[in-house]
Amino acid sequence: MADDQVKLHGSWVSLYSFRVIWALEIKGISYESIEEDFLYNKSQLLLQYNPVHKKIPVLVHGGKPVCESMIIVEYIEETWPHNPLLPRDPYERALARFWVKFVDDKGPAIWRMFKSRGKEHEKAKTESLEMLRTMEQHALGDKKFFGGDEIGIVDIAFGGFAYWLGVVEEVVGLKLFEDQAFPRLHAWSNDFKQVSVTKRNLPDPHRMLVFYKDVREKLLGFTSS
Amino acid sequence: MADDQVVLLDVLPSSFGMRVRIALAEKWIQYEYKEENLLEKSPLLLQMNPVHKMVPVLIHNGKPICESLNILLYIDEVWPHRKFRPLLPSDPYQRSQVRLWADFIDKKLLEGVLGDKLYYGGEKLGLLDVAFIPFYCWFYSYETCGGFSVEAECPKSVEWVRRCKDVESVSKSLVDPLFVFDYVLQLRKRAGLE
Repeated sequence: MADDQVKLHGSWVSLYSFRVIWALEIKGISYESIEEDFLYNKSQLLLQYNPVHKKIPVLVHGGKPVCESMIIVEYIEETWPHNPLLPRDPYERALARFWVKFVDDKGPAIWRMFKSRGKEHEKAKTESLEMLRTMEQHALGDKKFFGGDEIGIVDIAFGGFAYWLGVVEEVVGLKLFEDQAFPRLHAWSNDFKQVSVTKRNLPDPHRMLVFYKDVREKLLGFTSS
Repeated sequence: MADDQVVLLDVLPSSFGMRVRIALAEKWIQYEYKEENLLEKSPLLLQMNPVHKMVPVLIHNGKPICESLNILLYIDEVWPHRKFRPLLPSDPYQRSQVRLWADFIDKKLLEGVLGDKLYYGGEKLGLLDVAFIPFYCWFYSYETCGGFSVEAECPKSVEWVRRCKDVESVSKSLVDPLFVFDYVLQLRKRAGLE
C-alpha cells in the first residue's frame, strides 16, 4: 500500500504545498507534482478531490485524496514511519501538535495583513507580531530546530510562514521580523533555509515578489500600505 | 501506570472540557478534577498553559497537555487499549479523515457525515462522537436564545444524541442543559443583555 502511486496537487507559490513537499522529500518518497492554478482556475480533479474546501494541497495516494497540509503531513508520517517528523514520546508529540495548531491558527494573520488596509491591516500586523513573540518566547527554547537537532513537524509547519513573511514584508513595505527583536527565530530561520531538503525546495523569491505584488494590486488597487 | 497522576483543569459548562471528561471516562482513567474560575485564573492554570491561559488542560504526572483535540489524541496514545479499543482507527487514511472532520467540527456544526451509522465512529463511540456530543448541552441555550429547533433542523442528530446519552461515559460527563442555560443567562446579564 505504501508503494501505491503518490500525486500532489499543489502550487509553486503556496507555503501549504511546500509543507507537504518537505515531508515527502525528508522521507524520500517519489511523487508526481501537479500544478494547480488555485487562485483563478481550479481543475475539475481538484474540485472532485476536495469538494468541501476546494483548496490545495491535496495528496492523492493510491487514488485516495487527503486534504489540509498538516493533516497530509501527519498522514505521510504514519504511512511512512522512517525518518520520523514527530518525537516518539506521547508528551513530546502533544507539545509538537500544540505548536502546529498554534502556527495554523495564528499564521493566517500574515495573509490578512497582506490582503487588507487601514484598521484591519493594523490589527493583522499586531496579531502577526504577537505570534512571532510567542514563538520566540515559548516554542524554540535553546534548540537549533523545533524538532531538536533535525527539523520536525513544527519546523515544517512554521517554516513556510517565516519564509513567506519575508516576501509579504517586501510587497507591503514593512519590517516585522527584525533580528534584534527575534534573535532565536532569526537564527532558526537561517538554519532552516540551509537544510538540504528546504534549500532545494523553496520557490524563487523574485518570482514570488512579482506574483504577490500583482495579487495585492488586484485586491487593493495598490501595493504598499 | 498505577502511579499515574492525572489532573484536569476545566470549567463545568465547557464543551471542550466535556470532550476530555468523556474520553477519560471511556478509558476508565482516574483523575482529579479542578474547577477553574475564568475571571480569576489559578496560578496553576497560568503556569500550565502560559500561551492561551485556557481550559481544558490535562496534567499527566506534572506535565501539561493543552487543546481539547490534542488531549484526546494524547489520551488515545498513552492509554490505547483501555476499555478494548482506541478512539482513533489504526489505518492512516481513516485517521486522516477523522482528523479532517474533527477540525471541521471545531469550525462549524455538521450533519451529513453520520449517514446511516449509529455513531460517527461506526458501531461504537469514536473520537468524532466524543468531540461533538458535548455541544448537545448547549442546544437548549442556542434554541431558546436563538429561536430555532435543533430537532427540526437536524433530526438525524437528535437520534444520534439519544444513542450517545445511552453510553455511560457520556451520560456521566455531560452537563444538564438547564445548568448551561443558567450559566448563559448569567453571562448575558453581566454583558448587559438581560
